[in-house]
Amino acid sequence: MIDAKQVLHVARLARLELAAEDVQPMADELSSILGHIEQMAALNLDGVEPTSHVVPVEGKLRADVAEPPLSREVALSQAPRHTDTGFLVPSPQA
Amino acid sequence: MSVDDYEITIGLEIHVQLATKTKMFSPIETYFGAEPNTLVGPVDLGLPGTLPVPNAQAIHYGIMLGLAFNCEIADRLVFHRKNYFYPDLPKGYQISQFDEPLCGPGNFGGVRVHRVHLEEDAAKLTHAGASGRIQGSESSVVDFNRGGTALAEIVTEPDIHSAEQASEWLRLLRTTVRQLGVSDVNMEEGSLRCDANISIAPKGATELGAKTELKNMNSFRFIERGIRAEVARQAAILDAGGTVEQETLHFDPRTEAITSMRSKEDAHDYRYFPEPDMVPVVVTAEMVDKAKAAMPELPHEREERFIALGVEQGAARQMSWQPELGDLFEEALKTDGAPANAKAVAALITNELVARLGDGDLSDSKATPASLAQLVALTADGKVSSSGARTVLDKLVEGGGDPAAIIESEGLGAIGGGDELTPIIQAALDANPDVAEKLKGGDMKPIGVIIGAVMKETRGRADGKEVTKIARGLLGL
Amino acid sequence: MPTSLTDAIKLDATGQIAAIQSGDLDARELFEAYRQRAASDAHNSFTWVAGEAPAELPGADTPLAGLPLAVKDLFCTEGIPSQSGSKLLEGYLPPYTATSVQKLTDAGSTIHGKTNQDEFAMGSSNENSAYGAVLNPWDTSRVPGGSSGGSAAAVAAGHAPWALGTDTGGSIRQPAAFCGLVGLKPTYGSVSRFGMIAFASSLDQAGPITRSVADAALLLKYMEGKDARDMTSIGLREPVEVPTRTDLKGLRIGVPSELSGEGIEDGVRASFEAALEQAKALGATVTEIHLPNAPHALSAYYVLAPAEASSNLSRFDGVRYGNRLEAEDGSLIGMYTRTRTEGFGPEVKRRIMLGTYALSAGFYDAYYGRAQQVRTKIVEDFATAFESVDVIASPTAPSVAFELGAKSSDPLAMYLNDFCTIPMSLAGIPAISIPSGLADGLPVGLQLAGPAFSENLILGAAHALEQAIGFDTAGAIR
Ligand SMILES: [Mg+2]
Ligand SMILES: [Zn+2]
Repeated sequence: MIDAKQVLHVARLARLELAAEDVQPMADELSSILGHIEQMAALNLDGVEPTSHVVPVEGKLRADVAEPPLSREVALSQAPRHTDTGFLVPSPQA
Repeated sequence: MSVDDYEITIGLEIHVQLATKTKMFSPIETYFGAEPNTLVGPVDLGLPGTLPVPNAQAIHYGIMLGLAFNCEIADRLVFHRKNYFYPDLPKGYQISQFDEPLCGPGNFGGVRVHRVHLEEDAAKLTHAGASGRIQGSESSVVDFNRGGTALAEIVTEPDIHSAEQASEWLRLLRTTVRQLGVSDVNMEEGSLRCDANISIAPKGATELGAKTELKNMNSFRFIERGIRAEVARQAAILDAGGTVEQETLHFDPRTEAITSMRSKEDAHDYRYFPEPDMVPVVVTAEMVDKAKAAMPELPHEREERFIALGVEQGAARQMSWQPELGDLFEEALKTDGAPANAKAVAALITNELVARLGDGDLSDSKATPASLAQLVALTADGKVSSSGARTVLDKLVEGGGDPAAIIESEGLGAIGGGDELTPIIQAALDANPDVAEKLKGGDMKPIGVIIGAVMKETRGRADGKEVTKIARGLLGL
Repeated sequence: MPTSLTDAIKLDATGQIAAIQSGDLDARELFEAYRQRAASDAHNSFTWVAGEAPAELPGADTPLAGLPLAVKDLFCTEGIPSQSGSKLLEGYLPPYTATSVQKLTDAGSTIHGKTNQDEFAMGSSNENSAYGAVLNPWDTSRVPGGSSGGSAAAVAAGHAPWALGTDTGGSIRQPAAFCGLVGLKPTYGSVSRFGMIAFASSLDQAGPITRSVADAALLLKYMEGKDARDMTSIGLREPVEVPTRTDLKGLRIGVPSELSGEGIEDGVRASFEAALEQAKALGATVTEIHLPNAPHALSAYYVLAPAEASSNLSRFDGVRYGNRLEAEDGSLIGMYTRTRTEGFGPEVKRRIMLGTYALSAGFYDAYYGRAQQVRTKIVEDFATAFESVDVIASPTAPSVAFELGAKSSDPLAMYLNDFCTIPMSLAGIPAISIPSGLADGLPVGLQLAGPAFSENLILGAAHALEQAIGFDTAGAIR
């Protein structure tokens, strides 16, 4: 279950904005989903290991060998705002 | 109360850029000073669909650090995501380690090491002033060259109790890391960065005061000054009956001002969770053995070895923390007979030679290791007086050469036998009857006058003890 | 004798390749025919269609003989828009091509279109695309399923011989079922994820949507394999065999009551049971089994997938690529917030909210930690089941394709629809959906799942059943 206050906190963490009138509906919607999810609470999971990955993978490491970088033109080509040399963003301090 | 009435407690968090060829999770080369955004690949920009693959060499270096700090090495390497939004963070999360660091508790230079973990560096954000695009708003430019560089984060326990101890320990850390060859630990280039967690409490107080985190001090001087300034700030607050707020602070070395970095924006909830794009890496015995085999002699080990040779602790530390001095010392000891004089050779290097170098370094001196060993030997055999030896060292540093030859040419040979000295001493006594009287009366204080006169006459080639001995004889004492 | 293009379009890819290699069919003419059909597609299946055939088509001597390939929008393709169904990525041109796509082009296929999908693969109806809903060629008032709806609709309508999709909780199998096609979700890790715009990293798998089981085997054969750029990729343990099996002698089929009883529509159940009868007739034994924790799979999935997604989608911040909206106050946080609030659709934002909440301080153990434990139990359930049976059969979806808009107002109802496919995704095991017949004139999907790396086994079994059932996958080609 999640209330309007938590919804606003989560939206802020996720850098999402909710119109005032959408906050409570979002809380209700998420709560109904969480209501179903919380059925997991009924399970006894004492001592059950968590699974992050299902298939055993040996986890091969990368040798410290360089591949060519992107050209700066290509690197910047998809940026909404950029100078000749870098990516432009509003200053965090501003 | 004054600052001295407080118990100071300091823990350090050090970020070291590892000297790998490529980045932590991306096969792109990284080095300091390249043109902005010319060392970036798809992974470094967090392009959609790209995936991180850990750099084996970075893990190898991480294990070496753990061994150097006598840490426990974990048997598996697990990465987590640390989620937050910032322009220097291309994926909206930093890949770091959370509850399973590569290296567990350790101990180094008298300070307990809490953990050492691996992570990726952030990109570089530069303020660009007002940009035309958005009316009246300030812009910054992001350069992703540094982004993704392999970092080791070293976290100590709060075992440091003064600014001086902090910077001394950091010097040992830097020398050690450089010796290991896992980083060039260059503070100017940001490959060694330090945060300090500082708290103070009245001496004898049972619980610690609130701690503040002083961020990113990028030189040893700043660290020392920053910590002093923060300790003073906290003491002033407590003296005024206030309470220290737990917060993150920034020290401005120019103004000595300490300012809060608290950003109202961030509700610090990093939502750590296991990085789902990677599987845990098993740290095998082979990997640890490979790291052990790659370990060089570390400064504290070298210091102990020097002390075992009879060198004084201060000189031994100085020669191990400044490896070039240690190397000169070990070269000198290869000269015949030198090992017997190890202590004196070390003293000559760390006192006399270093004093003559001033701000310069060893390459400015022309004195060969062997010549230093020979000079010490000649002094020990009384072939030259200690004051004469200093003059010889001056010549060696300036022009090099052979000490014996210099003694000869400069006529600095010590006067051994009494028969040559006795008339000179007698003359000095005759010239100073009042002094002679006092000496006869058993008051040896004014003997300096006689020695001085003899030295003047012999241009410093006489030995003070010898002069005193002969003078007493002449006076029938 | 030469094959006419109208007949050729009705062949499966395997048949077309044979015709090209025997000289009865011209690869360039076939490519151009598909390109034009795709360009005039009326189901909104495509987000991009090639302007013309490439000057050089791979030759008839290549394994895939230059055949066209429709690729789900979320696969990064160098210089070709790759938007993952999102407005935020409108017009995004990647500087590299996904490994799986590259392997298929290296084997002689040529991309003729990128297909529509639910935004960031979040959906089961393709109604969550910023580029509009996709219509089901069998009945244009109905959804094609999702999230790989465009890929399924394109193949069903004969606008592509075959297509690439991705499956996180059923996104290949369910649209294949709704569109009367074959859809294969391979073992997690068998196909590289490098270049797939991520939804949920620990679940996402690429796979084929095709007209026949043989076609699915052929595409898998050339797309699987270990990739140094994807640490979670391992490839298959044995080479993929193009299936020829025509009987099921000695095959032990288990039917989990949890996935075949309650909640399955009558028409779907009837088709499913008929298929099981045919399996028996082919020599298989069919027994009821249990996956006791399967009822909780959905709960675990709707914690794990949104949690991973909430983090995976943080990179869409308007700085390095994609659309960006400045804030009135010119602030950074304002730019982030506007870019994401207006760039993401409602379902994506809903799941980001859900996932962010599940990972946030104080809730991790109750949600994410617990979901990971449930995942362990699901894995154990399957391991136990496969001690007594070789493959597991169930309907792919509880219903046939539903009406557009029927479920879009109720997210939970939409989520619950995936209960037949999600358990296999959590366990990372391979599962294939093949058409078992029609119910009220709409295709029904039969799902066969096997242990990890048992692709050859389930492809063989699926092939034998496919031959016996004889469903016409060209049924919606006009
Ligand atoms: Mg830290
Ligand atoms: Zn760090």
